[in-house]
Amino acid sequence: MKKVIMGNHALSYGAQLARTQVIAAYPITPQTEVVGFLSELCADGKLDAKFIKVESEHSAMAAAIGASAVGARTFTATSAQGLALMHEMLHWAVGARLPVVLGNINRAMGPPWTIWTDQNDSLSQRDTGLMQYYCESNQEVLDTVIQAYKVSEHEEILLPAMIVLDAFVLSHTSEVVDMPDQELVDKYLPPRKATYRVDPREPHAFGNLTAPDRYFELRYKIERSMRQAEGLIREAGEEFGRMFGRHYGMIETHRVEDAETIVVATATIAGTARTVIDELREKGEKYGLVRIRVLRPFPFDEIRQTLAGAKKVIVIDRNISFGHSGIFFQEVKSAMYNQSQRPPIFGYIAGLGGRDVTPDVIKEIIGDAAGKEQPIADINWIGLKP
Amino acid sequence: MAEKTAEKKIEIKGESDMPPMAMSLGLMSWNKTGSWRNLRPVIDYEKCIKCMICWKFCPDACIHIEDGKPVIDYDYCKGCIICAVECPKDAISVEKEE
Repeated sequence: MKKVIMGNHALSYGAQLARTQVIAAYPITPQTEVVGFLSELCADGKLDAKFIKVESEHSAMAAAIGASAVGARTFTATSAQGLALMHEMLHWAVGARLPVVLGNINRAMGPPWTIWTDQNDSLSQRDTGLMQYYCESNQEVLDTVIQAYKVSEHEEILLPAMIVLDAFVLSHTSEVVDMPDQELVDKYLPPRKATYRVDPREPHAFGNLTAPDRYFELRYKIERSMRQAEGLIREAGEEFGRMFGRHYGMIETHRVEDAETIVVATATIAGTARTVIDELREKGEKYGLVRIRVLRPFPFDEIRQTLAGAKKVIVIDRNISFGHSGIFFQEVKSAMYNQSQRPPIFGYIAGLGGRDVTPDVIKEIIGDAAGKEQPIADINWIGLKP
Repeated sequence: MAEKTAEKKIEIKGESDMPPMAMSLGLMSWNKTGSWRNLRPVIDYEKCIKCMICWKFCPDACIHIEDGKPVIDYDYCKGCIICAVECPKDAISVEKEE
């Protein structure tokens, strides 16, 4: 069955289809509809879940952690300042190895007060240990919720995941979404089986004070699970494809096979870049696209294999690490540095605070890189009003 | 993962026998936290009216009811003295631990 739904409701339907058992959330623009709709589904008896209303995002994640610790499949969603307020609890969910799935609508950080999109909110949480999926369409948002639970709840993984979508460009834009059949979803994603959980019949102390002789090993285990998750995300995406007809991986490529210049982009900017690349291809210009879908774990193998043969690489960032450069630019550069084949990599900042990244903006970026042999600056601002 | 036993501290050698998160594998009863105590509450059963308010207030659940009387379990009592403060009959005195 197909439905026309907004990106926010794609998250809600994803959580419903995954048979989420506990939802704890606090509303914030542009995330509000995600949990508003979930609370309706719970109230109407269409989703058999406990909806916990809380007074802040910090408490939302704390409640999600409690629910996940007893073995429940748990969901929450937030944005920008809300995600920042959750920060401490994100570390907790990772260290406690709890497979909570969190929807984050990419909203730029204030001040100045803003509600429009950029990626600095989710990227500020890059090093907490949550897996991060950046989605391009409402369909992908819904499908990724289901896949994320499968990967996160795997006994070898046990790590939370963040599903990221652009404010308004996806969150409030309606698209046709093919709704997966509940019976098939149940086959793909059986109920969670928690091996380690809080159970009064079998008491354990959790999160105990851990001395330096143990902490180091626990961190190693998180990193090992992250690396294992890479393979499992691929498997989960392929199995999803076999069952539902839509395949997903760590990255998505478009016309890269003989591409001389490869554009690396994320989220909805990748969709715009794809149409520009198709236009250039019609003129015989050899451009290709890599869309990074999963930032953590980082898709080292795919990025290295795909970019090695290119003459130039362009990375478009809707984010900035102040005092350094675009964050995806840094990530791609660092993945390539120790390789024998290292194309020059150009970094561009565009679309901060929700400024539109139109086909013309992408053409400007491509034109700038085409005119240069080597990248001169680490940051190239596109569309800056002088 | 290491075998679970009730009363003994479980020794973990390294990464391969650890659970993924910080978690006690057995019961924590081997950890006799009473050794942390600076102050020792002592019940005077002449004054005690068996209201069990001390039992109710003990934050570490180490006042047990035995033969209808409250009895302090000094293996785990950390000496917070909440019981002595809450006792309506001042039946719990506080002594210094040496």
